[in-house]
Amino acid sequence: MRSFKRHILFLSGIAVSVLLSKTCLLIRSTLTPSFTMNDSYTSTVQHAVKNRRAALDLSQKVRVLCWVMTQPQHLKSRTQHIRATWGKRCNIVLYMSSEASDFPTVGLNVLEGRSQLYWKTIRAFQHIHMHHLDDADWFLKADDDTFVVLENLRYGLSKHNAEEPLYFGRRFTPFVAQGYMSGGAGYVLSKEALRRFVKGFADGLCTHNTEIEDIGLGKCMETMKVQLGDSRDVLGRQTFHPYPPNNYLPRQLPRPRPWYLLYEHYHPVEGPGCCSDLAISFHYIDAVQMHTLEYYTYHLRPFGYKYRFNPGVTAVHDANHEDFNPSIVCLFRSIFQPHCIPLVGPKDKSDPQSV
Amino acid sequence: MRWRAGETDSRTDTTFLLFSGCVYGNECDVVASKCEQSSVLLKELRSSMMSEGSSFMKGLILGGIFCLVMSFFETFNSGTHSEGHEHLHHHLKPVSKDELQKLSESQMSDWTLQVRVYCLIMVTPKLLVHWATANDTWSKHCDKSVFYTSESSKALEAIDLQEQDEWARLRKAIKHAYENAGDLRWFFVARPTTYAIIENLKYLVLDKDPSQPFYIGHTEKSGELDYVEYDSGIVLSYEAMRRLIEIFKDEDRCPERGHALWKTPEEKQLATCLKYTGVFAENGEDAQGKGLFNKKSVSSLISDSMGQNPADVVEACCSDMAITFGGMSPSQIQVLMYGVYRLRPYGHDFHDSLTFLPPNDSDND
Repeated sequence: MRSFKRHILFLSGIAVSVLLSKTCLLIRSTLTPSFTMNDSYTSTVQHAVKNRRAALDLSQKVRVLCWVMTQPQHLKSRTQHIRATWGKRCNIVLYMSSEASDFPTVGLNVLEGRSQLYWKTIRAFQHIHMHHLDDADWFLKADDDTFVVLENLRYGLSKHNAEEPLYFGRRFTPFVAQGYMSGGAGYVLSKEALRRFVKGFADGLCTHNTEIEDIGLGKCMETMKVQLGDSRDVLGRQTFHPYPPNNYLPRQLPRPRPWYLLYEHYHPVEGPGCCSDLAISFHYIDAVQMHTLEYYTYHLRPFGYKYRFNPGVTAVHDANHEDFNPSIVCLFRSIFQPHCIPLVGPKDKSDPQSV
Repeated sequence: MRWRAGETDSRTDTTFLLFSGCVYGNECDVVASKCEQSSVLLKELRSSMMSEGSSFMKGLILGGIFCLVMSFFETFNSGTHSEGHEHLHHHLKPVSKDELQKLSESQMSDWTLQVRVYCLIMVTPKLLVHWATANDTWSKHCDKSVFYTSESSKALEAIDLQEQDEWARLRKAIKHAYENAGDLRWFFVARPTTYAIIENLKYLVLDKDPSQPFYIGHTEKSGELDYVEYDSGIVLSYEAMRRLIEIFKDEDRCPERGHALWKTPEEKQLATCLKYTGVFAENGEDAQGKGLFNKKSVSSLISDSMGQNPADVVEACCSDMAITFGGMSPSQIQVLMYGVYRLRPYGHDFHDSLTFLPPNDSDND
C-alpha cells in the first residue's frame, strides 16, 4: 500500500516537472511572424560578364614568353605563387633554376648565388634562343618576387614591331651610357634583341663582365645597338616598378629623391601620379602580396564605375560634341614618337601611327 | 522586460536563457523561478508525507533534472530547425545580373537616384591620420560624407558633437544625419579605420526600398541579440533611421546613458533599440554567400585563405564586390584605393547596367 502511494507520488513529481518545463518552453518560444523576404535574393550563381575578346586577340597577336629567375629553395616559398597567379597568363612560362625539377624548372648549367645571376641570365636566354625562338615574339625576364600583368604588357607592346631591336622595362641611368632596364621590375626583349644578345656572346662582343645581371645585359644591349623603349604610359606614368606599390602611391610632401628613386632615368613622381592604371609589374612582392595584387587586379572592382583612363576606347565621332573623347590607341609613349597621337574618328588612313 | 508575442522569435537559444549572462535579466528569473517552483512543490509533497523520503527524493531530483534536460532538447530541436529559417531571414544579397538586365531605362535611372548614400564617419582626435586618409580616399565616393568628432582638434575638419560617450555621440550623429539628409535615403556609419567601396554598397541596396527598414552589415550574435558589427560598417535605410529617431525618445527602452555598471558597446545598443522598433540585423553577402563586410584587412584575409585554401587562394578569400575592409594602415589604404579604382588588366570590361561616375577634383581614383 505504502509503496504504491510512494510510486504515485514519485510519478506525479515527474509529471509536474514535465508540465512545468513544457510551460517554460512554450512561453519562451513564441513564434515570430515570418518575414516576407524576397526569394530572388537566393538567385543562382552568376559570374560577371567579362568582355575578354580584346585581351584574347592580343594574346594571339602579341606572344610573350616569360622566364622567371628562381632557385630550388624558392620554389615553395615564392615561385609556386607565381605559378598560381600570373604565370599561366604567359603564352609560355619557363622557371629557370640551377636544377631541373618537376615543378617544372629548367636546369641551367650554373651554380646558385647572387654572383651567378648574370651567368643565369646568359644561359637562360641562350636556352630560349635555342629552343623557343619561334614560339614567341617578345621575351620577358622576371624575378621570383615580381608580379606581372600580362594583358597590360601585351597592350603596351602591341604597337611595336618585334623584328626591331627593342627592349622595354624601368629605365635606370647610371653605369651604362644609354641606360639599362631594372632587373627586378622585369624587362622584355624583342625577338631581334634576343637574337642580338645571343649573337653578341657567340661573337665575343659581349662577355660576362659583371655579376650584376641587369647592368650586364644593358651593356650588351648597348654594344649590340638595341634601343631602349619608353614604357611610361601616355600620361607619363610608369608601368614597370622595381619596388612594391606602397613605395610609390602614398602621398608625400615635396622632398629630395628617396634612395630607391636615385637611379631613375625619367623624373620620378611620388603619389597617385607614379603609376599607370595599366601597370605591368611590381617587385619585392612576397607571397601574400602576390595574391593580394592578383585580387586587386583581376577580382575586386567597384560596380558600375566609369574609369578615368581609357586607352583604346573608340572615339565619339563628332569632334564638336562636348563629350568628345579622342581615342588614345597606345599605352607606351614609345621611342619613335614622344607621345601617341590621338586618333580623330574611326580608321583614319592618314594616321602616322599605323605601323 | 517581458516576452511579447511577435517580438521574440523561434531562433532564440533557450540554453542561453539558463546559462549565459542573460541580456535581459528578468527572463532568466521567470524560468528559474518556474523550475524553483517545481522543486518547491515536490519538497512540499515530501514534507507532507511520512518519513521514507528516498523515493520522493528521487522523484524530486529526477523532476529537477528533467526540467533542465527538456530545455536542452528543445534548444537542440529549435536550433537545428530554425537554421533554415535563419538563412532566409538574415542573409541579404544584391540583385542578380539577370534581373538588372531586364530593367527599363526609366527604372534604371530611378534606382540610380534612389541609391544615394550619406556617410557618417565617426572620428576622434587620436584618429587624425585615419581621418585624413578617409577624407582623401573612399569618403569622396559618398554622395554626402560628414565627419563627426568627439571633441574639436586642430587640423581635424569635422562636426564637433562635444560628446565623449560613444553611444551618446552616435545618437547625436544619427539625429544630425537624419535632419540633414536632404533627399538621400541610405546611410552608412563607419569609423575612419574602415575602408568602404561605396559603389558596391549601392549595388547591394540597389533593389531594396529605403522606405522599408533595413539594417545591414556583418552580423554577429550576442546571446539572443543579432547585431551589426561596427568595425565593418553599418548600413541603415531611411525608414530604419526614422524609427531610430523615434525610439531615441524612449528613455526606458533606449536610454542615452546606460545605468548598468558595465558599458554595452554602442553596436549592441543600436541593435537593441532597433529591435524594439521591429528592425533586425541582416548579413550582407554576395550571390555565392561570401560576406561583403569585413573587419579584417585584405592581406589578413588573403593570409587566412592561403592557410585554409592553398589551391585557390583568391577565389576562396573575398568577394569581387566586397564593400568594406578594416584594420588597414593609411599607406595600405592608398594602395587599396589604387587597386580598387585604377589597377586592372586591359581588355577585361564589365558591362554593368548602371554607371557611377568618378568624383570631381580627385586624382587617386
